[in-house]
Amino acid sequence: MSGFLQRWGVFVVLVALWEAAARFAEDAYFPPPSRIAEAAAELWFSGTADTLFLTDVVFDHVVPSVQRLLIGWVIAGVVGVALGLALGRSERAMQYCGPLLTFMRSIPPPALVPVFLLIFTLGTQMQLATIVFGIVWPILLNTVDGARSVDRTKVETSAVFRVPRTQWIFGVVLPAAAPKIFAGLRVSLSLSLVLMVISELVGTDNGIGAQMLLAQREFEFPDMWAEIVLLGVLGYVFNTVLLAVEHRALAWQPKQEHAPTGTTTTPAAVATAGAK
Amino acid sequence: MTTMLEVADLGHTYQAKSGAHTAIDGLSFRVDAGELVCVVGPSGCGKSTLLRTISGLIRPTRGDVTLHGDAVRGVPEDLAVVFQDYSRSLFPWLSVQRNVEFPLKRTLKRAERRARAAEALDQVGLSGAGGKYPWQLSGGMQQRVAIARALAYRPALLLMDEPFASVDAQTRFELEDLLLKVKREHDTTVVVVTHDIDESVYLGDRVLVLTKSPASVVADLPVNLPAVRDQITTREAEEFVELRAEVARLLNVGKTEAITAKRRSDEAQAAKWVAAERAANRERADREAVAD
Ligand SMILES: Nc1ncnc2c1ncn2[C@@H]1O[C@H](COP(=O)(O)OP(=O)(O)O)[C@@H](O)[C@H]1O
Ligand SMILES: [Mg+2]
Repeated sequence: MSGFLQRWGVFVVLVALWEAAARFAEDAYFPPPSRIAEAAAELWFSGTADTLFLTDVVFDHVVPSVQRLLIGWVIAGVVGVALGLALGRSERAMQYCGPLLTFMRSIPPPALVPVFLLIFTLGTQMQLATIVFGIVWPILLNTVDGARSVDRTKVETSAVFRVPRTQWIFGVVLPAAAPKIFAGLRVSLSLSLVLMVISELVGTDNGIGAQMLLAQREFEFPDMWAEIVLLGVLGYVFNTVLLAVEHRALAWQPKQEHAPTGTTTTPAAVATAGAK
Repeated sequence: MTTMLEVADLGHTYQAKSGAHTAIDGLSFRVDAGELVCVVGPSGCGKSTLLRTISGLIRPTRGDVTLHGDAVRGVPEDLAVVFQDYSRSLFPWLSVQRNVEFPLKRTLKRAERRARAAEALDQVGLSGAGGKYPWQLSGGMQQRVAIARALAYRPALLLMDEPFASVDAQTRFELEDLLLKVKREHDTTVVVVTHDIDESVYLGDRVLVLTKSPASVVADLPVNLPAVRDQITTREAEEFVELRAEVARLLNVGKTEAITAKRRSDEAQAAKWVAAERAANRERADREAVAD
């Protein structure tokens, strides 16, 4: 509990400092947090009681954005894990596909937005394609890594007991790869937020990204900042939920081993992901 | 007695990047149903390789393995292996109970599986540990789980690769006796690989002695000890002592090494004793000189 107070204490102090500085500077580009909070309340929470005070903007822009993000993430998760398990357990497949994978993941996903604009219809399809293509790599490559990590003794144990194929995949390879898969999923989740915004910056007026751009063009800076804060909150919430799921799913890990997977893989992976 | 396992002129050569390595060469022996055969050989001589070829995990480069009269191609039905590296052989994401149930999923319904696993855990003295994860157990207990898993599977042929090598002496004795009891009760055919001479004689109905790498059979010694054995009286029996010496002699190199090591330590001990004695004498002489 004191850890909780400490963490949020620092946060509150910083916001207060920002508030003071912004009021003092009176710069239109940098409104104080209180002004941003007002704008946020006006934007999203000034609805009627029958919609729990949520505004139309929430239903027309925030919800569709979040939907695209989550659907894209789930698709990337399923595709990435399935392909990753297959590739990770096949030496030969990896020899053939390895270079291609490295090449594909090196392409900065936003660079493909124009291509997806041509291939897919504007809007949801193109946005989903951008998100999925952009975030599938960390999941795929982490899953490959995890699937490869099944040691020889476990392979032989499963073979000796003639474990059927589905039990082998879901009972051995998947759990063995799970810590790596979760690391990939976490990186992808933060990445998906980035790509969701980017995919909404072109050719649409729907979604959080589009709304943010609109606010900026119309000099509604508190609104623009409110959208940025919203993205931060969304990222935080998604990550917290995923971490909770991960802790449950990986509860079998010895405690001292668990902490490093949470802390060491992510920053490095985020750094590489951020470099794209 | 029917023949359970027949190994004929078996050889395996590993093809590694660093070159070919012949691990076993021209091994032949047979194991009758219900027999417990111990395979002794020096470390690295190819014992694990032998078990891998018998269990169909790797295909031998020459020779044949026959189980119940059928040539082994791939892993045969009703065969279980207790691996040398038991901690890796258990699945860390499954509880002890579920680890034991794991191989039974293919053949048994949930309730039967449960009962079978509970029974096996009880046999190895781990009835209370079913809900724990393997990493919460000591090495010896983990090895018991691996043994319980093999027992619950009720194999016709049980292969064990240095199963008691890394547990303490007390646990080893218990597990050895457990194995003998289970083997008697279920009439399981067992092949135990070990590098421990005493263990091979204590456990075996027969002891196969292997040469240094590449392994082949030097001797096939029957053990004429009573079926029910006792950690103290059996080990004192004349037959036991003689056989142990015989196996040690056959393992030649290992034996001479052991003897030289013992002699060296004896000599060192003696030298130390002589030095201490001399020092004491000198001191006494000095004291007497002063007194004069
Ligand atoms: N997969 C492998 N590839 C190449 N050489 C191997 C492999 N496995 C074992 N060996 C070699 O074969 C020899 C016998 O190994 P092993 O059967 O494990 O011996 P033991 O079990 O008697 O200690 C060793 O020299 C080892 O280095
Ligand atoms: Mg070995």
